[in-house]
Amino acid sequence: MTLTYHLQIVNLLAALLLLISFAMLSQRRIVGLVTLFAWQGAALALSTAIVAWSTDQHHLYYSAAITLVLKVVAMPWYFYRLVRKLDVNRVVEPMINIPTTMLIGIVLVIFAFNLALPISEMSGTVTRSTLGIALACVLLAFLMMITRSKAIPLVIGFLAMENGLFFAATSATYGMPLVVELGVALDVLVGVFVLGIFIFQIRETFDSLDLKHMEKLKER
Amino acid sequence: MTNGFSSYFADPVQWAWAGVMFWLVLGFAALLLQGSQRLLTRLVFPLGALGALAIAGVGVAGMLLPVSTVVLPIGLPDLPFHLRLDALSAFFMVLLGGAAFGITVYASGYFRSMAAGPLALLALWYHLFLAGMVTVLLADDAYAFMVAWEVMALSSYFLVTTDHKIPEIRRAGFLYLLIAHVGAISLLLTFGVLQGGHGDYTFDTMRLAERTPFWASAAYLLALFGFGAKAGLVPMHVWLPEAHPAAPSPVSALMSGVMLKTAIYGLLRVTFDLLNIQIGWWGTLALALGLITALYGVIFAAVQSDMKRLLAWSSIENIGILLAAFGLTLIFYTDGKGALAALTLTAMLYHALNHAFFKGLLFVGTGSVLHATGERNMGRLGGLMRFMPWTAWLTLVGALAIAGLPPLNGFVSEWLLLQAFLLTPGLTQPYLNMVIPVAAAIVALAAALAAYVMVKFYGVVFLGQPRDPALHHAHEASWPERLGMLWLAAGCVLLGLFPTQVIVWLEPVVRMLTGQTLPSGSSWLLLTPVSAERASYAPLIFFAVVVGVLLLTILWVRRVYHGRVRRSDPWDCGYPEQDARMQDSAEGFGQPIRQIFEIFMRVERETPDPFSRSPRYHGASLDKLWFILYEPIARVAGWLSEQAGRLQHGRIQWYLIYSFATLIFLLVFTTR
Repeated sequence: MTLTYHLQIVNLLAALLLLISFAMLSQRRIVGLVTLFAWQGAALALSTAIVAWSTDQHHLYYSAAITLVLKVVAMPWYFYRLVRKLDVNRVVEPMINIPTTMLIGIVLVIFAFNLALPISEMSGTVTRSTLGIALACVLLAFLMMITRSKAIPLVIGFLAMENGLFFAATSATYGMPLVVELGVALDVLVGVFVLGIFIFQIRETFDSLDLKHMEKLKER
Repeated sequence: MTNGFSSYFADPVQWAWAGVMFWLVLGFAALLLQGSQRLLTRLVFPLGALGALAIAGVGVAGMLLPVSTVVLPIGLPDLPFHLRLDALSAFFMVLLGGAAFGITVYASGYFRSMAAGPLALLALWYHLFLAGMVTVLLADDAYAFMVAWEVMALSSYFLVTTDHKIPEIRRAGFLYLLIAHVGAISLLLTFGVLQGGHGDYTFDTMRLAERTPFWASAAYLLALFGFGAKAGLVPMHVWLPEAHPAAPSPVSALMSGVMLKTAIYGLLRVTFDLLNIQIGWWGTLALALGLITALYGVIFAAVQSDMKRLLAWSSIENIGILLAAFGLTLIFYTDGKGALAALTLTAMLYHALNHAFFKGLLFVGTGSVLHATGERNMGRLGGLMRFMPWTAWLTLVGALAIAGLPPLNGFVSEWLLLQAFLLTPGLTQPYLNMVIPVAAAIVALAAALAAYVMVKFYGVVFLGQPRDPALHHAHEASWPERLGMLWLAAGCVLLGLFPTQVIVWLEPVVRMLTGQTLPSGSSWLLLTPVSAERASYAPLIFFAVVVGVLLLTILWVRRVYHGRVRRSDPWDCGYPEQDARMQDSAEGFGQPIRQIFEIFMRVERETPDPFSRSPRYHGASLDKLWFILYEPIARVAGWLSEQAGRLQHGRIQWYLIYSFATLIFLLVFTTR
């Protein structure tokens, strides 16, 4: 099957998403992490817009616009401000060293591709080949959440996971209904604000953003 | 019911609901009256009592009027409360209202010594409890039933833990709450099975549903377990002897006299009304469980030394008798013996009504003793008849009634039940024919032991000499307390003197459940449940003879015998000095029973050293079931939660790994 020109661009952007996911896994600095997150959002918004243009699905334009506003502009700005305000130690120490994390990440990508193969055969969309990448992005973001012990990278990992899900929805079924997407966007926004407040509280209580201190909260 | 206010209260079910609303409003109004203890005891509780009387009146009307239903605009969207008042609900409403009237009048006197703040809260729970119980009786869909059931359970939990600063009371409350909720889960499952996949939880649809014997049996067993947990069926009885002593006496009286009956109501409702088929072995099971409960209850009642604990165990015994009657009804009913089923059911309903009155009376009687002396332990009471004659004489009525002595009410229902047992040779199943005489013997034994228990209770608390010098200052109960007890005692006497009238009045319920009524051979004077040749009982004549003999004896002694009053020390043979400590004690009186039935108990005894300066004796007979059934369950539950607690590291990364592993697992295994 020969791909049309714009589909090739979508595939390229998908590859870029995966690459950024890996970059996030290996990034040690929080500010760099936020920048990467913004780039990932931008790639996502662009690919959604191209899918919308090539398949004539109008509601995807709105999705792309929401993504652009929320994930490329609003949230990175909020995070930059948070990092500056909290004046946190800007180097993230991962719990597992980075080469090992990358190796685990590669295994996850292979797993995701294997998993997506039968599903994408069933799907009827032009973008079905990118489903594996979307799944891989979700799993990589999850891996990032597991390996970081600071609060802000955890929140960014959570948002990156949402990016992956969004991409999966776009590639498998041309996105979720607009109402659902609006709901999810609102949830993410509120979630980030709540987490932001939590981060301040955590710092006030433990004088650090390291979540290791929260171990004390368990029973006994 | 849509056109205007006047027709809104046209049906008895709406009057009943108005009563419930009245109690709810009264309960919340009590919260606003926190400042005034006077208003709470002199206004709120008497008004609550009037509400109870009104509910009883609605019940009497409901027995005679046709079935009425109403759909209330409350509840969840698309899931309104359905209420229905039929003869069965109406009968239990009379039971509830009648007993609750006396108990609430009593409560208005009993709580006068309580501070206003806690009392306002107690008044709220008290009226919520009453409202919850009536709504349980009225509910016509599973949702309303469960909501009302939980209101009843939770409000009574808060009533039990009124003195929540005492650790034992908190423990008793927890045990009650736990067993109430295990039972409630079972009831929820019962209704789940009953709705049978229709997704419609109204009782109307459940009545129409066709079920296989398997599912019907499942529903029945779940209901037996769930209602049994509330009623105190062995082995779910452990909360009763803990919760009753913990609760204030009017609350114990309500819980024992009325709340346990809502479980009996539920069992009747599910078995005879909601289930489309009944199976014979259900009855055999209920009969066996009931007999075990009755015997177990009465044995433990005999060895108690705390008077409220004794009464709690006696409630377990009475629930056992009710359940045995229920089982026998089912056996007769499924065997096609409608008339005998009607007789047994009449006996059961009669006994439920009697128990509400006499157990309510005895519990409030212990309340007065507790107020006057501050003592629940029978080992420190005694001789109270001289200081509290009202309480003593009225409690005597209750004690004689529960002991099953004619002409009081306890005799009538037990006599009817034994009549029913004696008629079992008519059954078609030969092995039941052989076993049921043994069952009749157990019922007779339980009744006899109940009398023994009452002799112990009354004798140790009210007769003899005071075991403690402080008892000389015991004060008599207040007037509202006396009035409440008088009402309950009058109930015991009247229910005993006019059984034929009561049985005729019970007919709508019996006809509704068994489709038959008793043969109408009885006249107003003579009760003949089967036929005049077989057995008959004339309570009024009996009463007249008793009174006559009593008067003649007094006359004889005063006038004819020697015509003078001689004062001397009685029973002075060989004991020149008599001491209160020489009297038979509660432990001593129960000892023969303890010796015979020691296998059911764990006896803890601490005897004093003969040379001790301050000798101390401590003895307790504990329920062995607690140790062989409940403690292992508690240990297993503790161990399991400890294991589950290991998953809790407190490290967010580990929690994320749990989700991650679950996600990977699901992805791998659900795509295959």
